[in-house]
Amino acid sequence: MIDHAYWIVLMPILASFIIFFFGRFFPMKGAELGIASMGYCLIHSLYIFGTVAGEPGFTSELSITWFRFGIFETQWGFLIDGLSALMLVVVTLVSLLVHIYSLSYMKDDPRFKRFYAYLSFFTFAMLILVVANNFLQIFIGWELVGLASYLLIGFWFEKTSAANAGKKAFITTKVGDLGFFIALMMIFSLLGTLNFDQVAARVSENLISPTVAGIIALLLFWGAVGKSAQVPLHVWLPDAMEGPTPVSALIHAATMVAAGVYLVARTYFLFEHAPFALEAVAWTGGITALLAATMALVATDFKRVLAFSTVSQLGYMMLAMGVGDKVAGMFHLTTHAFFKALLFLAAGSVIHATHENDIRKMGGLSRKMVWTFITFAVALWAISGLWPMAGFYSKDLILEATLNSHHYVLFGIGVFVAFLTAFYMTRLFLLVFVTDPRNPEIYNHAHESPPSMVLPLMVLAVLAVFSGLVFEYVIPIHKLLELPMSAESAAMAEEAVHHVWPVWAVPALSTVVAAGGILLAFLFYVKPVFSPQRLAEKFRPVHTLLVEKYGFDEFYLAFLVKPLDMLSVGLAKLDYRVLDQLGVDGTAWLTERFSRMNAWFDRVIVDGLVDFWGALTQAGGSIARLVQTGWVQNYLLFFVLGFAALMAAQLRLTVTDILMLFKGF
Amino acid sequence: MAETVTTCAVGLQHYLALGSILFAIGIFGVLTRRNIIGILMSVELMFNAANINLVAFNRFVHGGDLWGQGFAIFVITLAAAEAVVGLALVLAIYRTMKTTYVEKMNLLKG
Repeated sequence: MIDHAYWIVLMPILASFIIFFFGRFFPMKGAELGIASMGYCLIHSLYIFGTVAGEPGFTSELSITWFRFGIFETQWGFLIDGLSALMLVVVTLVSLLVHIYSLSYMKDDPRFKRFYAYLSFFTFAMLILVVANNFLQIFIGWELVGLASYLLIGFWFEKTSAANAGKKAFITTKVGDLGFFIALMMIFSLLGTLNFDQVAARVSENLISPTVAGIIALLLFWGAVGKSAQVPLHVWLPDAMEGPTPVSALIHAATMVAAGVYLVARTYFLFEHAPFALEAVAWTGGITALLAATMALVATDFKRVLAFSTVSQLGYMMLAMGVGDKVAGMFHLTTHAFFKALLFLAAGSVIHATHENDIRKMGGLSRKMVWTFITFAVALWAISGLWPMAGFYSKDLILEATLNSHHYVLFGIGVFVAFLTAFYMTRLFLLVFVTDPRNPEIYNHAHESPPSMVLPLMVLAVLAVFSGLVFEYVIPIHKLLELPMSAESAAMAEEAVHHVWPVWAVPALSTVVAAGGILLAFLFYVKPVFSPQRLAEKFRPVHTLLVEKYGFDEFYLAFLVKPLDMLSVGLAKLDYRVLDQLGVDGTAWLTERFSRMNAWFDRVIVDGLVDFWGALTQAGGSIARLVQTGWVQNYLLFFVLGFAALMAAQLRLTVTDILMLFKGF
Repeated sequence: MAETVTTCAVGLQHYLALGSILFAIGIFGVLTRRNIIGILMSVELMFNAANINLVAFNRFVHGGDLWGQGFAIFVITLAAAEAVVGLALVLAIYRTMKTTYVEKMNLLKG
């Protein structure tokens, strides 16, 4: 089955096309097709995962030549190793649950069929990216993911905000893609290949200097910054909440934002060569985590809180990558995929029940939506990083790695963000489920969601509980993801072992801050020990800054969008006035004038000459034809007269002589 | 001798005058006859005018040998041949155009 791994990629795209073109002939408009294909993909992926997990260091690479020019060969590759096997399971699992969940969530949507086609297409794009064995294929998957996210975020394009959010996501990530593309070109021109293995081999042979490797790595990372919503290109993710909630779950958990982290993990050999690139990754991750967490503190839109939380958690993952622990980053990606999908699907369940996004109007929903409440609580527990949930293991691994690599400032940020995470997630939880209902109308109409929505929640809740334990004890994630180590990473690992801090220090610290965060949230929102309003009053500027999301959007608007707009308008005017009117139209006018002159010359002079000769000939002819009477006697007369004239000339006779001659008679 | 010549004998000038008159009649006939047969006949007149000249010059100017007379006989022979060819043509023309009047024959008119 490993040899036929390509079916995992082919099934979703086949399903997508069939749903798109023939979905209306199916009883459930093609949704069953999407679910079935995704189910197949999950089973196949689990099988592959099982094989890989049972055999550490397992690698299988299947490739089909796509096209070649010269010595360069482009392939469609299916690279199966620990990293891609893990991602395959995460992607197909979350996607399957989202497919099932959407049955109810999107039931009444007029474009239900199209939604499923897009979902399958989205998954296909992500899977192409995951199994890629070369940079070109990963880039293709990368762009397809971008396209799919554009289609899905702007799915309700009747709403201007949704259409704009789609565009914003597409354009912002495209800014990052530019870096990726330049990196791609650099790798190709400097190393002559795009295959991961070959690039890794050539880099380790020092075919390029560490500086160049670092620049390439940073350009790749710039692509990941766009896709994984790191500062400063994070602005699209909160707006992406305009899409249907299942899509948000998919984007935030399995596809799209995971792509950036996956790219860094996949091309980690480049980063390892250049410490300064790793440093940049670490600091970007840390700053992103901090900024996003603080923005989440004041957000009032249910999904936006979760979006900021995603950005923050992605920052964690990048931080882990940056401090040299790729495994921790991927571990957190996996666990985060489960509990963030859970959070979003639970959020969707709440929104489905209340038709409201503003958490200030909710409250008390725990009595109405028991299962949603319980599963959300599990997710809260997990994301806060409390034992024994998934987030505990993965987040601690990141913090440990940060501490052991002597990034003390980043470690401080990490711990603080853990505290903030616990706080704002608990705030969200309390405001939605626990506190007294603030809007009776919404409260009274709320109801538990149908089974097809609750079931995915439960599955994800189980995963949120156990995935950390599983990867810690049953299938050690280090073993799963460990590739043949390069010299640097081996040294780094060696260094990491010699940490001076006691093993229990980090877990203890993170548990304390998480518990502190949760407790503080309780003090703010349940027991009115502190008042959020009064705190906001007191620190008005800070509050405003956070609500304004640090002004990134305004900054981009004022310094990028507006000037570009103005420049474009100016250039358009220039284009119209100078190029169109003066250049094109002017030339046309000149040409026309010149042609008219030419035509006149042609008509009057050239044609006139021709006609003149014709007329002359005709006139000559009409005179000459007078003598051509056709009567033979006429001709004879001319002949006789002519002869007589010749005779006269021969004899030198003058007219007088002739007259004299006649006189003689 | 000279008196006799001047008084009664017919001289060279008389012959030449006769030739000229015959020739002129011939030309006049060729130019004015409408019937092609008449034109042919007029051409015969012109031949004979030439013959009279030839014979007269031989008698008065050359003397002795009979070159002029011989030449005239050749001309008569040729005239006979010419008449044959001419009449044959007239016949052919008549068969195709059903006429012998030359003014009807203007196919070459420009």
